Amino acid sequence: MSALIELRGVDKVYGEGDTAVHAMRKVDLAIEAGDFVAIMGPSGSGKSTCMNILGCLDTPTSGTHLFRGIDVGNLSLDQLALLRRHALGFVFQGFQLLGRTSALENVELPLVYQRVPAPERKRRAMEALAEVGLAGREKHTPSELSGGQQQRVAIARALVTRPTLLLADEPTGNLDTARKFEILELLSRFNRERGLTVVMVTHEPDLGNHAARAVIFRDGQVESDTRLKPLPHAEGSASEGA
Amino acid sequence: MIGSILLMALREIRRHGMRSALTTLGIVIGVAAVVALVTIGRATTAKVTADVAKMGNDLLTVMPGAERRGPMSSDARPFTTADVKAVKREIGSVRGVAPVVNASALVVAGNTNRTTSVTGTWSDFATVRGYEVESGRLFTEGEENSSAAVCVLGATVTSELFGGQDPIGQSVRVGSISCNVIGTLVAKGQGSFGADQDDIVLMPLRTVQRRIRGTDDVNSIAVSASSDAAIPRVKSQLEALFRERRRITPGKTPDFNVRDMKEIAQAMQSITGSMTALLSAIAAVSLVVGGIGIMNIMLVSVTERTREIGIRMAIGAQAHEVLLQFLLEAVALSLMGGLAGVIIGLGGSMAAIAALDLPLTFAPEIIALAFGFSALVGVGFGYFPARKAARLHPIQALRYE
Repeated sequence: MSALIELRGVDKVYGEGDTAVHAMRKVDLAIEAGDFVAIMGPSGSGKSTCMNILGCLDTPTSGTHLFRGIDVGNLSLDQLALLRRHALGFVFQGFQLLGRTSALENVELPLVYQRVPAPERKRRAMEALAEVGLAGREKHTPSELSGGQQQRVAIARALVTRPTLLLADEPTGNLDTARKFEILELLSRFNRERGLTVVMVTHEPDLGNHAARAVIFRDGQVESDTRLKPLPHAEGSASEGA
Repeated sequence: MIGSILLMALREIRRHGMRSALTTLGIVIGVAAVVALVTIGRATTAKVTADVAKMGNDLLTVMPGAERRGPMSSDARPFTTADVKAVKREIGSVRGVAPVVNASALVVAGNTNRTTSVTGTWSDFATVRGYEVESGRLFTEGEENSSAAVCVLGATVTSELFGGQDPIGQSVRVGSISCNVIGTLVAKGQGSFGADQDDIVLMPLRTVQRRIRGTDDVNSIAVSASSDAAIPRVKSQLEALFRERRRITPGKTPDFNVRDMKEIAQAMQSITGSMTALLSAIAAVSLVVGGIGIMNIMLVSVTERTREIGIRMAIGAQAHEVLLQFLLEAVALSLMGGLAGVIIGLGGSMAAIAALDLPLTFAPEIIALAFGFSALVGVGFGYFPARKAARLHPIQALRYE
């Protein structure tokens, strides 16, 4: 048995010498396929750095990051890009949609890089938008959508490629309370129904408590790791206890 | 994949229509200038060639005096009628031979007059120099031998002196002699030096020699070769003949020269050609300046779109795909500028050609070249900004405000 993701003794240092910042110190973390993990902690605790490493946007200074048993630290930039393209989905705090570009085109973008032919791309993007409850809004540009709707477009964009792992960095940071729980519910639904592994960074404990597992960072280290709910059982993914 | 990236690039250009149009302006002006200059240059060259052809393409002229630039030396021995007869007798591959005696004279008809160039020659002159008879006839051999007082008027002289009237059979005074108009010539238009080739009166050689000039000298001999191919042979035969007749020992500079219209035409074409090349080179500089304009805007665009680049990289775009996107954008911009430049350049040169009354010519290879060059400018000046985009780090790009 092996976890989907494993961090072994991961260190991340920014800068050199006296100005060096230790963002992560000897972090060990394993995440099973199908889990819903909330990463919490105060700002500067290393949770965003951890997210960037899990998202293959950055590599550890030392230590090992295994994704599906592959040592990510040994991959080239192009190989990292391919890994993100095919296995990962991202949802960001600031939505990070392309401005002046329709919802449909935003959602199609990852499929463009997967070289999916245009008609299939359009069909799948329409489906993904419908799944997040935005059918009929395909032609709207981000500025014509509310914050909650923009985040739904971002979720559709992250999920249209059917990734193994969804990384959500403060996905509800810019939203009011009602919208926060809508977005959270959307993420849990994909976790439950599709067995999508979700890792969500948040600084709000009440959101974190809805996850199946809460990992709390402090000073670049894991302070606590709590199983809140049993590992969600989803078809296609192994159901293994924590 | 390239198709999708190209579509994205085109959409981006459309999204910033005004900016894109202004960015390409340098390329538009550069390409338009090159295309227009080369097209007009070609048309001018074609006109020069046509003008020379009007004077008689196969024309060779034997003149006294050593070959040199500037005015002819006047101390060289003139030719004689016997020289012309020798040419006619001894040189093969020749369509016609005509002596030329030039005089300037006042021509009076009724109460109008005009100072014009009087040419004493044989009737072969028309064949050699490419004149055609409009009405009446040229002089006969009998008239030539008897130095008859007859003349043939060029088109300008005819219209100046007679207006709409028929001059045939009328009497005009040329210098001090009164002579009978026996024919008129078809208008030839301006020569390549702007001289009016129709401002001319033809008279029999002996008439001009004896009754106007008072000498037996022949100023020059016009020879027309039977074909283009025969020109060099006729030329060398003429040189050999006159060396012998004028007793020029081998190795000595001859005191005459044989001029070939072809050579003159080529010299003039090379002048217009180098003018065109020079002006086009200056215009090409503006293409480079246009390229710098594109580079500038692309650099601004990369900075502006840093977050977009971060998003693309986060969702899996590889560096070379980002590079390709920005490169295609630059190339598409410069090609659009090139296309607009070709259209404007062609339109402008058509207008200039119509206004200057030049022959219509196309230079398709220049259009292709201008187009290719603008693509090259796009790649050349688009590469640096595109590389800057491709080298961004996804996390930093995403955080860029």
